[in-house]
Amino acid sequence: MNPRLTRRRFIKGVIYSSAAAMSGAGLYLTNAQSQSGAAVERLISINVNGRTRRVDVLPQETLAHTLRYKLDLTGTKLGCNRGECGACTVLIDDVTNYACSTLTHSVRQREVTTVEGLRSPDGQLHPVQQAFLDELGPQCGFCTPGQVVATVALLKSNPRPTREEARQALSGNLCRCGAYDHYLNGVMRASGQLS
Amino acid sequence: MTYMHIGKDFTPPDAEGKITGAARYAEDHRKEGMVFARLLTSPVPGGMVRNIDATEALRMDGVLGILTADDLPEAPRPGNPALSNELTYVGQPILAIAAISEQIAEDALGLIRLDIERRPFVVDPLDSLIEGGPNAYPEGNVMRRGENGMELASLKWSTDAVESFRNGRDPQAEFTTEWSYGDLDAAFAECSVIVEEPFVTAGYPHHSLEPRTCMSYWENGRCYFHGSLQSQSAANAPLARMLGIELDQLCFINETTGGGFGSRIGPYPFMAISGYLSRNLNRPVQVRITREEEFFIGSARSGMQGWMKVGLKPDGKVAAVDLIIVNDGGSTGSGSGSSSAGAVTVVYQPTAMRFRGVSVFTNTTPRGAQRGPGQNEMHAVLAPIMDKAANQLGMDRVAFRRLNAPDSNSRIDANQGPVTSAYMREAIDMGAQMFDWQAKINQPRRNGSKVIGIGVGQGYHAAGNNGFDGIVRIGTDGKIYLHSGVGNLGTYSYAGTVRAAAEALQCRWENCEIVRGNSDLGLPHSSGQGGSNTMFTHTRANWVAAQDAIAKMKEIAAAELGGTVDDYSIGEERVFKTATPAEGLTYAEAAQRAVALGGRYSGAEYPDDINELTALAVQKIAGTGLVGVAKDNLEKNGTAPGLAIAFAEIEMDLDTGKYEILDYVGIAECGTIVHPKGLSHGMNGGGVWGMGMAGFERHVYDPQNGLPANIGLYQSKPPTFLDVPVQMRHAAVDLPDPQSPVGARGIGEPAMGCAVAAVTSAIADALGGHLFNRVPVTPDMVIDHVAQNTYNNKSLKINTF
Repeated sequence: MNPRLTRRRFIKGVIYSSAAAMSGAGLYLTNAQSQSGAAVERLISINVNGRTRRVDVLPQETLAHTLRYKLDLTGTKLGCNRGECGACTVLIDDVTNYACSTLTHSVRQREVTTVEGLRSPDGQLHPVQQAFLDELGPQCGFCTPGQVVATVALLKSNPRPTREEARQALSGNLCRCGAYDHYLNGVMRASGQLS
Repeated sequence: MTYMHIGKDFTPPDAEGKITGAARYAEDHRKEGMVFARLLTSPVPGGMVRNIDATEALRMDGVLGILTADDLPEAPRPGNPALSNELTYVGQPILAIAAISEQIAEDALGLIRLDIERRPFVVDPLDSLIEGGPNAYPEGNVMRRGENGMELASLKWSTDAVESFRNGRDPQAEFTTEWSYGDLDAAFAECSVIVEEPFVTAGYPHHSLEPRTCMSYWENGRCYFHGSLQSQSAANAPLARMLGIELDQLCFINETTGGGFGSRIGPYPFMAISGYLSRNLNRPVQVRITREEEFFIGSARSGMQGWMKVGLKPDGKVAAVDLIIVNDGGSTGSGSGSSSAGAVTVVYQPTAMRFRGVSVFTNTTPRGAQRGPGQNEMHAVLAPIMDKAANQLGMDRVAFRRLNAPDSNSRIDANQGPVTSAYMREAIDMGAQMFDWQAKINQPRRNGSKVIGIGVGQGYHAAGNNGFDGIVRIGTDGKIYLHSGVGNLGTYSYAGTVRAAAEALQCRWENCEIVRGNSDLGLPHSSGQGGSNTMFTHTRANWVAAQDAIAKMKEIAAAELGGTVDDYSIGEERVFKTATPAEGLTYAEAAQRAVALGGRYSGAEYPDDINELTALAVQKIAGTGLVGVAKDNLEKNGTAPGLAIAFAEIEMDLDTGKYEILDYVGIAECGTIVHPKGLSHGMNGGGVWGMGMAGFERHVYDPQNGLPANIGLYQSKPPTFLDVPVQMRHAAVDLPDPQSPVGARGIGEPAMGCAVAAVTSAIADALGGHLFNRVPVTPDMVIDHVAQNTYNNKSLKINTF
């Protein structure tokens, strides 16, 4: 288990997941017109990809919704919107989370990293992105941002994973095209184990 | 043959966007003033909407409009209409509400009052076929030729016939499709081994990871449509027809698609909703569906209930096959039984064969093409049955397959037509060696509760078409613009196929730019990206377009520098005199001359035989360079087969019923390798799909209420990282097909068929030859078998437990 994933954090995650699932009801939305959020401050600051962003967030709003539709960070994909596929995986304080199952209000004091935040300031691809490109990891690419982000998290905690460790770490990220072998090759290349 | 580009890896230009998140899928596109539509779907499996009361919904703030079936052109029946008052499955769209937000649209749906008259329904084809059983439609349960062509009819079997079929015997009943070749009785008479088995395969959803989305808007009478289809140019004509507009009134934009697997080859019905609502409201309208709705609206593979009798001659040759398939056609009645039977003719080459089939409507989700429709589910159950026959004859399973393998002289399908080429024996030999078949089958098999199973299976799908168009444009700066009408569904075939043009032009890949993803950019008429056909079909089309460009450059050079076109060659992006290479023109100079010359050189004129869409495309780019444009009129004689063989080693735990796939080798027989990494994706991805069919994926319906019981990814589970081998291996025969200029055929679907066959073969092998005759094989089935509980695999139940 990831040492940063504490029991307390896990339980909180489950609570948020339930809340998000209830509020979303299978839809990719939350909306200002139909919900009142008077009890909670709505204009909040969140740290995304190293920048502080002021954004109007509803109490029941998921991080995926905020990222995609308010901050135009559409690299975070919604494949299921209910914590099944992993296409919306982002890092919160370097730990992978499903953005579809995380309430935006819960990340106010945290650092959120999306796939768009991985490039270096000079535009260089992140080593994981470069490795995935070299191995042509994606097929359709819809799950790829999630796979990339999950790999970045893996290599932070385990810089030289075995192939078995890598597939365990990425197992929360579905790829319907079945590009698993290519993604694992990407992990091995990014960790310097494949030249 | 030595190529510049064919057979070499490259980085497709869209790949970086996929790993950075910059790639734009349909739902990523926004437009000023865009509004949203949500669908109200059927809560019942069968019925008729008698009244819709939308008064309260339309009064809500933010609600902009409603679209019902009455607002759309009448759809053919039975079919898969965008909206319908006749309800034939749970989840069928009834109406759409447009609002300024999805939430408001969804809230408004809750205020709609429907008056629905319920009808009888059925979720299992045999429950409909049996005398007295319900029909999915009032008029019947099958399509049959009548006085007015194909029409709905009621087909019933006697109770005895259904019981006979359920118990693994020929029901001696009526079918709607039948074909045969050879003398079946005489062929069976020659056999020393005859195996007779029933079988069942499950239907299941495609689960493309991108839920389908469309967004459209209208400007100056033209519709700009963002879609999420597998295909690009193949969408234009049917989508224009759907919207009731001319081809030049549609701009179809589809840069990236999150998977398709057959479910998005052409426009899906609810695309009409976006188009009509956006026209009615004069605002951009986006419609996207949820993961749950993908189960209903996304279509699915047809399941099969079947019976098969196979006869082997003493030497192991397959002499006779008698096959019956009842397809679960869902609400659209679509089945692939004949394709299933065709696959048998290819892979095992029986001397005589008969197929009888019927596709029965059920009140379940619409059925459509899904990766190897018909063929792959056939391979799933066929492999263990053939293993049983070979084992009874005492013959090695690989040697048996090698003996019966197709080659370039083989005849296939009901009409016993020719193939363009086939090298299946070479594939078998390569795979057996790579997998180390002999060592694997001779290893110790049992270790405590664990038992090793070794399997082998084959896959086939027709893999190539012809008659489509190509466009190549050489800019006045010498840059090569490769116009592709191929969709970007994740196979990289849009890029792989234009490499044939780059190859013909002998130009640097760095100097090429692929033009794609937006029909206003001038994209040629293309096939749909389904049926494994793209590689064969569009390497040909790109090749002929490049040849047209080369011919025009030679004409220009000959006119300016003297001599005839035969005196000229190309190389290093120049057209030059073969005898005196210093005399020539660069591609840039040739393109400049073409623009000055106009006419056919610049695209101002074009061939008469190209498709209307290609003509429109050429009109868009005319005058911007030298335009090579041509229809693929190259010879094509026979079916271009995609063939594959796979080997699997599994370790089954008899205590839990679970198995791990320890080793997997897939061998492609798809002509020349065009793009090695693309082929790797096809083979491994197909392998993963095969493993999903073998062990996990299925529809389950509640027979009492017609409700789908598994509508989540975890309930009808695609394989995860942990369900497939840690490493998958593949290779390809890499022998050219003579009817492709670069030797290529397709492989996407056989890559799955061989995998599911190899895994089901391995499961049977692990259990000492026990046949479940069913996919998916789940752990409870294994445990029941091991515990000697009678697993009821001969009831032929489908969609239910």
